Amino acid sequence: MNWIPGIFRRGKLYSDLAEEMRLHIEERVEQLKSEGLSAEEAQRQARIRFGNRTVVEERSREVWQWPTLESVWADVRFALRGLRKSPGFTIAAVLTLALAIGANAVVFGVLNALILRPLNVPQAVSLFVIQHGSGVGSHSYPDYLDLRQRNRSFDDVAVFAISQSGLDTGNDPSNVWEYETSGNYFDVLRIQPYIGRFFHASDEHGPNSAPYVVLSYAYWHTHFQDDRTVVGRAVKLNRHPFTILGVAPSGFQGTVLFFASDVFVPIVNHEQLSGDKTMLDARRTRWIFEMVGRLKPGVTPAQATADLNSVNSYLKKSYPKDESNDPYTLARPGLHGDYLNGPTRAFLTGLMLLSGLILLAACANLGSLFAARAADRSREVALRLALGSSRNRILRQLFTESVLLSLAGGVAGLVASILLLRRLSVWQPFPRFPLHVPVSPDANVYLVALVLALASGVLFGIVPVRQILRANPYEIVKAGSTSAFGRRITVRDALLVVQIAICAVLVTSSMVAVRGLMRSMQSNLGFEPRNSMLVDTDLTTAGYTGERVPAMQRRMIDAMQAIPGVDSVGSVNYPPLEPPGTWQGTVYADTTTDLSPTNAAADPNMFNISPDYFRASGTSLLAGRAFTWHDDANAPRVAVVNREFASKILGSVPDAIGRYFKLRDGTRVQVVGLVEDGKYANLTESQKPAMFFPLLQSPASWTWLVVRSSRDPQELAAAMRSVLRDIDPVMVLEIRPWNTELGGALFPSRMATVSLGVLGMMGAMLSITGIFGMAAYSVSKRLRELGIRVALGARRGELLQAALGRAFRLLAIGSTAGLLLGILASRVLAHIVYQATPRDPLVLAGVVMAMALLGLVATWIPARRALSVNPMVLLREE
Amino acid sequence: MTNSSPRDLFPGALEMMILESLRRQPAHGYALVQQIQQRSNNLLQVEEGSLYPALQRLLKAKLVKASWGVSSTNRRVRTYQITASGLHHLEQQISSFERMFAGITLVLNPGNSPAS
Repeated sequence: MNWIPGIFRRGKLYSDLAEEMRLHIEERVEQLKSEGLSAEEAQRQARIRFGNRTVVEERSREVWQWPTLESVWADVRFALRGLRKSPGFTIAAVLTLALAIGANAVVFGVLNALILRPLNVPQAVSLFVIQHGSGVGSHSYPDYLDLRQRNRSFDDVAVFAISQSGLDTGNDPSNVWEYETSGNYFDVLRIQPYIGRFFHASDEHGPNSAPYVVLSYAYWHTHFQDDRTVVGRAVKLNRHPFTILGVAPSGFQGTVLFFASDVFVPIVNHEQLSGDKTMLDARRTRWIFEMVGRLKPGVTPAQATADLNSVNSYLKKSYPKDESNDPYTLARPGLHGDYLNGPTRAFLTGLMLLSGLILLAACANLGSLFAARAADRSREVALRLALGSSRNRILRQLFTESVLLSLAGGVAGLVASILLLRRLSVWQPFPRFPLHVPVSPDANVYLVALVLALASGVLFGIVPVRQILRANPYEIVKAGSTSAFGRRITVRDALLVVQIAICAVLVTSSMVAVRGLMRSMQSNLGFEPRNSMLVDTDLTTAGYTGERVPAMQRRMIDAMQAIPGVDSVGSVNYPPLEPPGTWQGTVYADTTTDLSPTNAAADPNMFNISPDYFRASGTSLLAGRAFTWHDDANAPRVAVVNREFASKILGSVPDAIGRYFKLRDGTRVQVVGLVEDGKYANLTESQKPAMFFPLLQSPASWTWLVVRSSRDPQELAAAMRSVLRDIDPVMVLEIRPWNTELGGALFPSRMATVSLGVLGMMGAMLSITGIFGMAAYSVSKRLRELGIRVALGARRGELLQAALGRAFRLLAIGSTAGLLLGILASRVLAHIVYQATPRDPLVLAGVVMAMALLGLVATWIPARRALSVNPMVLLREE
Repeated sequence: MTNSSPRDLFPGALEMMILESLRRQPAHGYALVQQIQQRSNNLLQVEEGSLYPALQRLLKAKLVKASWGVSSTNRRVRTYQITASGLHHLEQQISSFERMFAGITLVLNPGNSPAS
């Protein structure tokens, strides 16, 4: 390996060689002259006999070179020089590729993190989510115990539920999200603690027997500052003493990727955490969030499913009233079984396909840009061919250029996508919930981006290859490029039209979405979020139980009412449009006697409210009365319903007042009031029935206070906080204007708008490079023709028509098609974005404007070039 | 095209002839061309330039060494000289070439002598 010093001697070697060859020819000339040739003829003969001096010199140099690498390096330098000379082209190409490759990397990153990458637990392949039906939570605790005991296919089965508690470490009580897990949870997942120990099945000895808490690494890190002495420390959860056992390892996510709980608590202590004694025994209450089983070695998922269903038929026989007909199924862990796995997979696959198409379109566009560039350089290429360069060498040089561009674009795209993925990983769309998308990029993502970059470089580099292989240097040098610019419709044209159409679809859709979003801000929600504040408290986590809950609620409401400037105060167990959704309750018609699930009339949204809630929330009462504090446990059960409830379940809106309906336990409830319809779970839902129960008849520990006041929100919030702190200094409180809180409800439409906007931007970018490439190619091919036209007296308009007419025609066709498709697509959009309608003059005008602007931007440079044609210069060149 | 080179004779032939010439006496590029042509009775028309890549290869393999000097005709020339390892290499090449050539001759033309 003596090439290292070789590099430094290289200069001397080359100059020696050149000198030697010069002297050789000189000597030959002398010789020939002495033989009687004229000086000129001698020169000529000498050169002929020597051969192609450049080629000889190059070959001689190659001897010393690390052959391919160095000539590649030379190509790279040459390509860089060429790209520096046309910054517009370079920037357009790199930006397009960065967008396209970045989009692919981001989508792949998400796909990789959520679906391809196995769960971060040992032997994840043998872990399965056991599903019962297709809802979010589908198991009851007694069902779990039976399944665990009776199945023969699983080593062990664990469950967990998600809840929230107030964690008091001594001075600063705060809300924590907890996994209430079966004792064997960590053992089923085969996780070892980071410090301390975990609880086990052997720690469970009946209700409230295991007052232990395990911290997640993140919570330990942020709230205990990595203090290793926390193990064994006593803390209070909802004012019950618990002992910190240990800390879970960093990166441990459980089996649900998008939910990060703060602590883990044994589910047998559920009563302490929720104040509800009955849940562990209630076979009908399906509140367990997820059941996870580790399959025995050698058992197939199909066998396990059959086994589970045989247990299920036993359960159905034993408890016919309580068990549903849903079969048991198995699913991969990570995305809460099929509940999210299916949709996520479909969505991401669709996105991957889409971004793949974007990349392909980008390659096609860059291909035509490259062809235009190659056409511009056909003389240079011809000269090089004539001077003895091999075609391979020229192609290699072109490929160097394209791969260089694609790598630059790929790196830029990758960097952008890494930043985006990192942001996405720490992003919590709903501040109240520890939901996130853990999509930090890994080596796979980098690799895919790199491969895509190289592949696309080769792909668009290939486009001008034929052009060059066919080039006849003699003809080109003699006459310039002469091939006529074809009139026929090429694949490239069709592709361009498709791109423009897609771009127009996206532009249309995003405008429709934006308008819909604006409208949904002003739509009738069935309540008035303006001028009202929400206070989120959970009395259970604050340690209130039984009789103390309603008393405390009443006290808070009265205290709020006493604040100067407060108009009205109400409370509701969970406000409408607050993610993730509303409480629902099953109701039966008054005439129904068999109260089995199949006979239910509906599952209306259910709200437990204080007497003044309707006034405070701005919900108008259409008939009857609202509640009073006298509608308490001793009074007959009453309800207020919305119009939809009245017409759907009671059968009549005008006569609704005074009618009865039944709850699941058979209680008859009389309707005493009728309120307007509203939106309850999300903005795009169709009209849903809703019922409101008085707080005192249907207690709930969740309490959201609704305070209506026209005072300044900041000032009001401060006043409210101090009043509530006087009542209970350690209760966890969150006070926000209702309008802010609604952000969550608008989330889907906002996301749709943003993603359509981003896609629209990409579409626009692609269309611009596409049109630009085509127009540039057309102008450069026809430069001579244009020159002749100018010489013959063509006006600027005619010139532009000749040069760019085709580009504009394609633009018009594509835009029209896209606009029509966009209008059709907007119907789909109407499911996501409230009140999205394409029949909106503003949208239509906006799309036309946007597309025209796009055309203008794309053809600006080629148009300038066409207009600046100087016939004299051009014709003289021939 | 202009790319055909004396290496097309067979690999190493030109190098061998150069080394053989240099073994007799050191020479510069131009003189080498002359010598090879003369000695082959003008049968081998070497395109003069093709000599140089071959010379570079030999230089790199340290089979020859080069130095600038002045020729007998008072020209500035770069003179090549065969090295000890060059001599060794040449002998090996010649013997293996002779064996090969004898073999080919036998196969093609058992009766005739090779040079006629």
